[in-house]
Amino acid sequence: MTEANGHPGIARAERQAAPSPVGTGFFEPWIGRRQVLDLDDFTQAEIERAFETADHMKEILARPIPRVPTLRGRTVVNLFYEPSTRTRVSFELAAKSLGADVVNVTASGSSVEKGETLLDTVRTLRALGTDLLVIRHKDAGAPYAVARHTDLPVVNAGDGAHAHPTQALLDAYTIRERFGRVEGVRVLIVGDIAHSRVARSNAWGLTTLGAEVTFCGPPTLMPATALAVSRRGGSGQLPWPIHVELDLERAIEGVDVVMPLRVQIERQDGNRLASLREYARDYGINRARIALAAPHAIVMHPGPMNEGIEIDPDVAHGDRSVVEDQVTNGVAARMAVLYLLLAAGESTGTRDHGAETGEAEGPGHHRPGAASDAPSILDRRSVTPARERL
Amino acid sequence: MTRMRIHNGRVIDPGQRRDEVIDLVIIDGRVDGYVHPDAEGEFDQEFDATRLTVAPGFVDLHCHLREPGFEDKETVATGSMAAVAGGFTTVCCMPNTNPTLDTANDIAFVLAAGRRAGRARVLPLGTVTRGERGRELSDMAEMAQAGAIGFSDDGQPVWDARMMRLALTQSLSHTKPIVNHCEVPEIADGGVMNEGRVSDLLGLRGQPPAAEEVMVARDIELARLTGGRLHLAHISTARSADLVRRAKRDGLAITAEVTPHHLTMTEDWILGDWESTQLPRTYDTRAKVNPPLRRDEDRRALVAALSEGIIDVIATDHAPHRSIDKECTFEEAAFGISGLETALGSLVGLVDAGAISIQSVIRRLTLEPCRTFELPYGTLAPGAPADIVIFDPNAQWQVAAARLHSKGKNTPLDGHTLRGRVVMTLVDGKVVYERQGR
Amino acid sequence: MAARVILAAEDIRRAIARIAHEIVEQNSGVDGLVLVGLRTRGVPIAQRLQRAIETFEGAAVPCGELDATLYRDDLFGGPMHELRRTMLPTDVTGAKVVLVDDVLFTGRTVRAALDAVIDHGRPSAIELAVLIDRGHRELPIRANYVGKNVPTAKDETVRVHIVEIDGCDEVVIANRANE
Repeated sequence: MTEANGHPGIARAERQAAPSPVGTGFFEPWIGRRQVLDLDDFTQAEIERAFETADHMKEILARPIPRVPTLRGRTVVNLFYEPSTRTRVSFELAAKSLGADVVNVTASGSSVEKGETLLDTVRTLRALGTDLLVIRHKDAGAPYAVARHTDLPVVNAGDGAHAHPTQALLDAYTIRERFGRVEGVRVLIVGDIAHSRVARSNAWGLTTLGAEVTFCGPPTLMPATALAVSRRGGSGQLPWPIHVELDLERAIEGVDVVMPLRVQIERQDGNRLASLREYARDYGINRARIALAAPHAIVMHPGPMNEGIEIDPDVAHGDRSVVEDQVTNGVAARMAVLYLLLAAGESTGTRDHGAETGEAEGPGHHRPGAASDAPSILDRRSVTPARERL
Repeated sequence: MTRMRIHNGRVIDPGQRRDEVIDLVIIDGRVDGYVHPDAEGEFDQEFDATRLTVAPGFVDLHCHLREPGFEDKETVATGSMAAVAGGFTTVCCMPNTNPTLDTANDIAFVLAAGRRAGRARVLPLGTVTRGERGRELSDMAEMAQAGAIGFSDDGQPVWDARMMRLALTQSLSHTKPIVNHCEVPEIADGGVMNEGRVSDLLGLRGQPPAAEEVMVARDIELARLTGGRLHLAHISTARSADLVRRAKRDGLAITAEVTPHHLTMTEDWILGDWESTQLPRTYDTRAKVNPPLRRDEDRRALVAALSEGIIDVIATDHAPHRSIDKECTFEEAAFGISGLETALGSLVGLVDAGAISIQSVIRRLTLEPCRTFELPYGTLAPGAPADIVIFDPNAQWQVAAARLHSKGKNTPLDGHTLRGRVVMTLVDGKVVYERQGR
Repeated sequence: MAARVILAAEDIRRAIARIAHEIVEQNSGVDGLVLVGLRTRGVPIAQRLQRAIETFEGAAVPCGELDATLYRDDLFGGPMHELRRTMLPTDVTGAKVVLVDDVLFTGRTVRAALDAVIDHGRPSAIELAVLIDRGHRELPIRANYVGKNVPTAKDETVRVHIVEIDGCDEVVIANRANE
């Protein structure tokens, strides 16, 4: 196992300690956030606030009419440059359950096919009255380019091999639901780490919450640094605060969570795998291997599953599997993200036309000050700098 | 007879081993000689270069002027204007235009465009293989006769080892260097940046240093085999520098160049300020270049190799692009940095940091490139053409991409403050650039 | 102007006891009744009503809690309220729901709560019980049961303190400018 260095915890702590606007207690961790691009810039408080919000969203989803009017009149655009069913539907249900209007734009059948650039498409969507943009793109960093060139709230729904922050949120949420906590939980992520945005985002999200994460997979599917570090017997610097272990039997021993990644059959361009059969033999998650994990261990999968390759059908559908919980929690987690981004993003920190609840707040819960105490829009947007750099 | 004097400047001319404050006398476009600053004399023109540095005009062995075919990125006119604004009096431009420079006619076209522009001397390279397709050799002898000063398939490697062997063998007759962009495509594997920590972080496909080093090693062995004239373009890794060091120790007559950006920047420039601030990663497409920016270990090794003389030449690999070629995802963005106008400032930064001497920098911008391509410039010895740059090594200035003379505003240095700025550039004793508002 | 107590602990106790009787009287018993406290201070008041009714009727009325934040019409551009748990003890379809809150002011919270309840089912009727009605309604909403009507100026603040939350029972009125 490999000790990782270079966790950028200092900067994170600084952001946590930044002075906060008044009267915004609940949303405080999210104040100023305009985008969810990856979890690397999330504080623990922010993630936990998302979880608490998701708890309420789950309650809504359990109602006979699983819908509230919160985002009525707001338009959420799902801009998907890559085929996706579950993530797109999950975002769509999340937005609709909050009462938003949802527009789905896919690369095929849109002006993208006519050669319109990503940024021009985004500018058009903004002019048409989009309030929040959910973007999935085959290229790493595409949502970053969008966020830099527009003031729209942006949620990354997966960019190339880079990040999939809402998946990582729902994964951590599901772990929290099962174990009551994330801190100290040992998570093993197995498979095509090199091309996995799920692995990368989970490396940030789970470790921020105090979990211990290990990457395991065949050498040809490991990120360059992970391979170099494991080759040198653990020395060297990894970009993530995680462990690396190439041997699955050793890696799986005693872990609480096993997360096999999908073998991206369609992306096996360069013969990185000798055969799927060999992969299943060496890295497939089956009952025998699960037996090596902790007795209470759960199995997660970001889906869609290749049953019989990275995961055996009897494990995928067995009593250890929380795959269906992940799907349900995905909607709740995305509702939380949409709600927090739009609500906290627009909160000014004061409101003078108090309704009843305003007066009913107890001592110590007051909102002192008038609008002038509120942070200006510029202050809040200063969290997304670098915009001026392009 | 026109007599001109450049007064009281610090003349640094490695070709004459000269570094002193002295007056330079130019008669009819050629260097006549040197006189003491207090000396009396009659001159038609006199420039006060007090506190300024006077050096032979810089010679860039590697730039892209994009003409013909990509005039929206750059033209010979705009590119040679950018060159003189950066202190370059001679620029050698790559043949990866559209069509590629494959024939004597193509060479003549670029030479004529350069003369018409009337700024820097513009000397084209021809292709090694027709259309840079790597299948059959171009007619290099004919192009050499028409004025091609070297041959390259730059933009891509001469990937076929047999082609490279034949090209090097041919160079024995036309004596021009074969300039190779070293990159094994199968190892680079579509990588858009250096493979390592940053590519792992960003989820971008990387090309490992070995993609370059394997071809550097191959070319060195082919040069050994053929005795041909090999020049390695823009080497970017510590191991590449090692391979060159060993080849030179073996007595091979190979040469190598390095760019200002590989001497001063690393792969971290693509990340932005993420590490220190936790701000969103920038995926800065302006720092996307091929060969890619590497690790700091590589950068430091390149500076050392340059200092030692293992790397002969500093060349800009000036690669201008339109804004839309960079305002897109990192994957889609074009490779290249617009570099002619920031080269001096970047290199003076290295001098300020104590990494290398100013004499050494000037040598590798003047004397060495002219030796490498056998050009009759690069020195201010009496009788030489008066190709001169006058610069203020202490002037601080902020790079504003929008105000570059090049059409290519694609520089990651936009907004950065550099020290060292060109004040005046002369070609054949004629002022081709003078900075406004000084 | 300093804060002034308008209801003391004893006044609050009496007001709640009276409202409890009124609810039972108005509905001719407790059949099909459901008490729903509005977050935050409506919840303990609803629980007190439940206990009071149980004392004199001997029957337990189901009592739940409701957070209508997600139904508010002032959600954006203002400070956000904490999301709290919503828990309705029974299916509200066919039930007589009594919403319970501490202060009735503009009526907007109640409007949001009505929508929230209806999203959970179709009650046969919805009523409203409040400890204080301070006037200044912005919507056509009226309480069925009122502890005390308190004429106020719009810039005054009415604050209800409840033992379960604030450590004491009292209602104070204050001028906002002096806060």
